[in-house]
Amino acid sequence: MALETIDRRGDLAPVERAPGAWRRVLRAVLGRPTSATGLAIVLLFAATALLGPLIAPYEANEQVLAERRQPPSATHLFGTDRLGRDVFSRVVLGSRDIFALAGLGTLTAVLLGTVLGLAASYRGGWVEELTFRSFDALLAIPALLLALMLLGTIGPSRQSVLLVIAVVYTPIVARVVRSVVLAVKPRGFVEAARMRGESLVYVLGREILPSALPALAVEAALRFSYAIFLVASLGFLGVGVQPPAPDWGLMVLEARNDVALTPWALYFPAGAIALLVIGVNLLADGLRRGLQG
Amino acid sequence: MARFLIRRTGFLLLTLLLTSLLIFGMTRLLPGDVARVILGREAGEAALEALREELGLNQPAPLQYLAWLADFVRGDWGESYSTRLPIREVVVERLGNSLMLAGLTLAMAVPLAVALGVLAGLREERPADQVISIGALAVVGLPEFVTGLVLIEIFAFRLRWLPANSSIAPGAGVLEALPQLVLPALTATLVLLAYIVRLTRAGVIEELRQDYVRTAALKGLAPHRVIVGHVLRNALLPTVTVIAISLGWLISGLIVVENVFNYPGLGRLLTFAIDRRDLPLLQAVAMITVLIFALANLAADLIYAALNPRIRLG
Repeated sequence: MALETIDRRGDLAPVERAPGAWRRVLRAVLGRPTSATGLAIVLLFAATALLGPLIAPYEANEQVLAERRQPPSATHLFGTDRLGRDVFSRVVLGSRDIFALAGLGTLTAVLLGTVLGLAASYRGGWVEELTFRSFDALLAIPALLLALMLLGTIGPSRQSVLLVIAVVYTPIVARVVRSVVLAVKPRGFVEAARMRGESLVYVLGREILPSALPALAVEAALRFSYAIFLVASLGFLGVGVQPPAPDWGLMVLEARNDVALTPWALYFPAGAIALLVIGVNLLADGLRRGLQG
Repeated sequence: MARFLIRRTGFLLLTLLLTSLLIFGMTRLLPGDVARVILGREAGEAALEALREELGLNQPAPLQYLAWLADFVRGDWGESYSTRLPIREVVVERLGNSLMLAGLTLAMAVPLAVALGVLAGLREERPADQVISIGALAVVGLPEFVTGLVLIEIFAFRLRWLPANSSIAPGAGVLEALPQLVLPALTATLVLLAYIVRLTRAGVIEELRQDYVRTAALKGLAPHRVIVGHVLRNALLPTVTVIAISLGWLISGLIVVENVFNYPGLGRLLTFAIDRRDLPLLQAVAMITVLIFALANLAADLIYAALNPRIRLG
């Protein structure tokens, strides 16, 4: 009984500190011009993705043959490509794809990595050994090579890209979680929860997970930026999202052979990728400084 | 040192074994009939069955794996499904090209990145650091195909200094191929540069906060001697590891770069194999790439251990 009261009042600090911590993080992100810029860029793209069809003046694959290869103008802000498709609309609508794929893929990887990382490293023993040795083997394969191997066998599609992001990033997230578990497991509040007979789920979810949240938030932001990078690269290599989808990487690939005639069809989607990744990176950097000091 | 070497080599072999299982599993056991891929949609059932027999596809999966692994270790990598040529020759030739490109990239990126990283670390939060750090963050965000295409636009189309297409002749040496190598190497350098700069900077900053640095300064050692004799010696040690880690980046980056410039290396061969669903070729390229990556990591670990007695003896 005594243990319980001590525990509830004192050692549970991570959970009770949480609201203040988030305010501190927000202040840290907004306080630095670089990370505030990053946040603004990410929010801009997120809004574009949400409002996509309302902003885009044309359909993604609407071809106006009379207006092929038009330079940027009032009717076509980013010009048109060799098929007469409006580049601005395609960039705007493409942002939905990238958020859906990179975002969902990252989310899957973070959830899976957290659950596997928590369970395996808390359990310890051969379960931990087996799990993390397999992850080591996965990580011994450079990310893009692993992605290409997977896509080479299951064939390119949206679902494959999602699966690839999850497979490539789950081990990395699990490792981050594991380092926190190993640091926290011997601490008093974990021991106390176990001794007062709390369930495994409670110990993992309420006692250990909160300590891992800062590291997880930073890792999730970083993974998101790499996932955008990966989706775009796979699109460019022609093994990701397939035509005629308005995927940014794919748009760059398609505009490549036509670059002398329609440079805008290449540079606007390329710029969108670069801007979004830089924005997410700046934000992740701000989060890291805010959360990890 | 001997024990360390044995342990690390053992770990390397285990990793390779697991990786080979993964590669084999992914490329053989996932859906899709290899025989049908080779013979095409119109092939008759008898021909399909004969080919399955010939390729050993009717055997149980573990036996198939063992046979494949044994062949691979012996250097018999089979024949490409799409070109019908022996795989080993083409892989070895492409590997040479990729190593040439990777070598040039590292030679350009590492000294520059370490210098910039040290400078940024020593000037933490001051203008020089701000410029370098934000520059690094920005460059990290640029996918290789974007920087590559921009460089092609500037140096190949506008200035006409260098070729846009880097398909070098088979067997060309570094000097002969140099004009074709510069742009791909520069592209890969930019990404790698940013990555190494950030980690080197972090290493220097961490080292500057150590007690012994303050002790050295308090005992009256001149600032530049504190920096060179103490901080850099220790901060550059992890750089060895950093470079090894960044090799993973370099490999991923080179896959894209080779495709941007149409450079005949392993990365280009990989996308070719995927395009043609050429599984034996895909397996061989993947195995070789992982092997090189693992060996480079082992080498980095050994160098690190040789420089750091705590690891060597621990």
